[in-house]
Amino acid sequence: MEFLGYFGGVFEPVSLLLLIGGTIGGLILGATPGLSPTMAVALLIPFTFHLAPAQGLILLGAAYTSTVAGGAVSAILLKIPGAPANIATALDGNEMARQGHGARALHLSFLSSGVGGVIGVLLLIFLTPMLAQWALAFGPSHLFWLAILGVTVIGSLDSKSFVKGLLSGCIGLWLSMIGFDDIYGAQRFIFTDALTGGIHIIAALIGIFAIPQVLEMFSKGRDGRAIQTIAVPDHSLKDSFREILGSGRALTIGTVVGSIVGLIPGVGGQIAGLVAYDQAKKFSPHKDKFGTGHPEGVIAAEAANNAMVGPSLVPLLTLSIPGSPTAAVLLGGLLIHGIFPGTDLFERNPEVAWTFINSMLIGQVLMVVFGIYTAVWAAKIARAPIPIMASAVLVLAVFGSYSVQQSMGDVTIMISLGVAMFFLEKFGFSAAPLVLGLILGPIAEANFNQGTLIAAAQDGPMVYFFTGPLNLLLILLVVLSVGYSFWSNMLHAPGSAKLEPAE
Amino acid sequence: MKKLMTRLAMSLAGAAFAFAGTALAGDYPDRPVGVAVSYGAGGATDFQARIVTMVAGNEDMLGQPIYIVNKPGAGGRVGWNWFSTEAETDGYMMSAYNVPHFIAQSIKGGVKYSADSFEPIANWGADPAVVIVGKDSKFNTIQEMIDFAKANPGKVTLSGAGLFVGHHIAALQIQKETGAKFAYIPTKGGGAAAMKAVIAGDVLGGINNLSDAFRAREAGNIKILAVADLERNAEFLPDVPTLMEAGYNVDNSSVNFRGLMVRKGTPQEVIDKLAAKVPEMFAHKRVAKRMKAGGSPVKVMSRAEVQTMWAERQAFLADLLKGL
Repeated sequence: MEFLGYFGGVFEPVSLLLLIGGTIGGLILGATPGLSPTMAVALLIPFTFHLAPAQGLILLGAAYTSTVAGGAVSAILLKIPGAPANIATALDGNEMARQGHGARALHLSFLSSGVGGVIGVLLLIFLTPMLAQWALAFGPSHLFWLAILGVTVIGSLDSKSFVKGLLSGCIGLWLSMIGFDDIYGAQRFIFTDALTGGIHIIAALIGIFAIPQVLEMFSKGRDGRAIQTIAVPDHSLKDSFREILGSGRALTIGTVVGSIVGLIPGVGGQIAGLVAYDQAKKFSPHKDKFGTGHPEGVIAAEAANNAMVGPSLVPLLTLSIPGSPTAAVLLGGLLIHGIFPGTDLFERNPEVAWTFINSMLIGQVLMVVFGIYTAVWAAKIARAPIPIMASAVLVLAVFGSYSVQQSMGDVTIMISLGVAMFFLEKFGFSAAPLVLGLILGPIAEANFNQGTLIAAAQDGPMVYFFTGPLNLLLILLVVLSVGYSFWSNMLHAPGSAKLEPAE
Repeated sequence: MKKLMTRLAMSLAGAAFAFAGTALAGDYPDRPVGVAVSYGAGGATDFQARIVTMVAGNEDMLGQPIYIVNKPGAGGRVGWNWFSTEAETDGYMMSAYNVPHFIAQSIKGGVKYSADSFEPIANWGADPAVVIVGKDSKFNTIQEMIDFAKANPGKVTLSGAGLFVGHHIAALQIQKETGAKFAYIPTKGGGAAAMKAVIAGDVLGGINNLSDAFRAREAGNIKILAVADLERNAEFLPDVPTLMEAGYNVDNSSVNFRGLMVRKGTPQEVIDKLAAKVPEMFAHKRVAKRMKAGGSPVKVMSRAEVQTMWAERQAFLADLLKGL
């Protein structure tokens, strides 16, 4: 309960101003495609040079919290996830917006973000020492199995056909292999300079989600056919609150999954949303509604990606190990003020550490308030005529993919993947499994390679990858997940099972 | 409208003249100068580059601010490939270098640059490699570890930030000197991931940066067995012996030097001006204070000193990496 004593620091005028400014700024940055939470925090670090340590951290913490949630705005309204964390939000969120429930989707997304986020920070406050041990328990073999577990989800994610889902995932896995391999130094599929560093996930994300839509808008506009516009009518906030309270299952699944995944160093928020979405779907009595604009999809995904924020800081604050790219940037922000995270951080710098954590707690609440306010503005933006909308999305896509690494090569990659995705979608392939493959590929590959190197120095790969309680538990989950997919595929679509006996 | 267009065209022409004027380098710099960092935002190189360039805008320094451009990927290869082939040579785009990384990469091949593609300006930091083990490790001295490795070839797993970075070079040097055989495990997430592998016990030991190892030891997570440098680090690790002191002939070739360089072909007067001003900027007391607070060891070296250091590393690494 020690943290209660340090709430005063958060409510000092300058701190509060920074907190509000960081939250609003973070929402705007998060809603801009291409500006990921990592970038937003890195951009803010120079500003903290001139602030007291605690105040600087308040700014960074507020920005981290709200950029993660802000990414939902573009995911819902434009179907462009602001960051990998928001991919799952786009699946049902954008469908809701198309059906005229945009404001409702935004309300639900910010409310569930807030609930998940507050619980995540509370976990950070009360369970840090225990969680730190848990975070360290994951070695290369476990991360490999975890990534494989993610791969088993691919087939069932946002796809009418199990086979096409798996095929999209394979394309993503293949794309993830392009570039320089960090473990053996091999160069793979590098035909042009732009591919030396591989395909950047943000550039791929923007291309795969935004470009097919832009092409769709332009092609329909040319035909002069009726174009589906997105209207964002006002939605009663009271109804949204009631709906959130009634969605306990999705909210719980999202928060639990987000907290657990957030803890594991090196996996982090990129997959929290997608795994939570998949679990919420499996446990829901309305499985078929997922992907058609089902609110539970939005709630599970957003609760998860904000629940991840607090636990993702556990390895950083206790062991000085940044578990995610954003945490690495935050470490820089701490060091620059002479604060070394470690086991005794809370004894040596209690006011800085607790003020930072408390500000994230208050930041979650502010994020909900300001986020809901954006729904009002979103309505105005969404009313723009289709040709202007399509052009604006295209400009944002080019700007976003360029700004990640100031590289025109990324823009070329973004456009190429986007055009390819446009045609793939015509054949019933979907974007989310492809992106999940692209995210999981490097995690699985690097950990497998590292694991085999370590195994060679110990008792061989069979022992290293197949023994130990955590390995066995993860393998069991993989088997269950594959088995479940088979079973539900046979059960729900006997016709398609007959057509596709191969897998 | 027409009037507006004319005015716009005129101001553009004016701007073009202004740019043409800078090529003559008389009043260089008259606009902000970029620094390309070949690693991601928030990494050690990026973080330090932002600190050491923060006083560039002062009147007695460059008089123009410096901004950072991140070009990460493939262990730095993406950024340096870009810099050696596409960057302007007018002095308005510098790059941060990491030695031995870029020299070792150019020796191994597959990149478009070599030490001859660049002109050094000045060095700001030197982060030696240290040999570390987890806090509960059975090894308490470097001798114990090396003796064990000799008795059990290939059984000692050592994590490091990647292939052909300082950590890997240090491991290769120790192997060559002692005849011991390690299993070097490169990690994907850089030095932080390599440190996590040691703390969590995924590997028996590791080679990491002095600055990061110092913090990890302060937090009670690891033991530091030796430092791969010519002298002990008096400021951060006065109690840790060098490999030389421990009886192994391993020098400072794996020390991670960081500094600024420009592309070959940059006018000599621009290089001279930068070579005169940049070391002053690195030595500024506000910079020193921030670097010390962040646990980042500072080592300011002039252009001439860096040229010598590059040439030495080139010769040494060409020999060490031969036949690998």
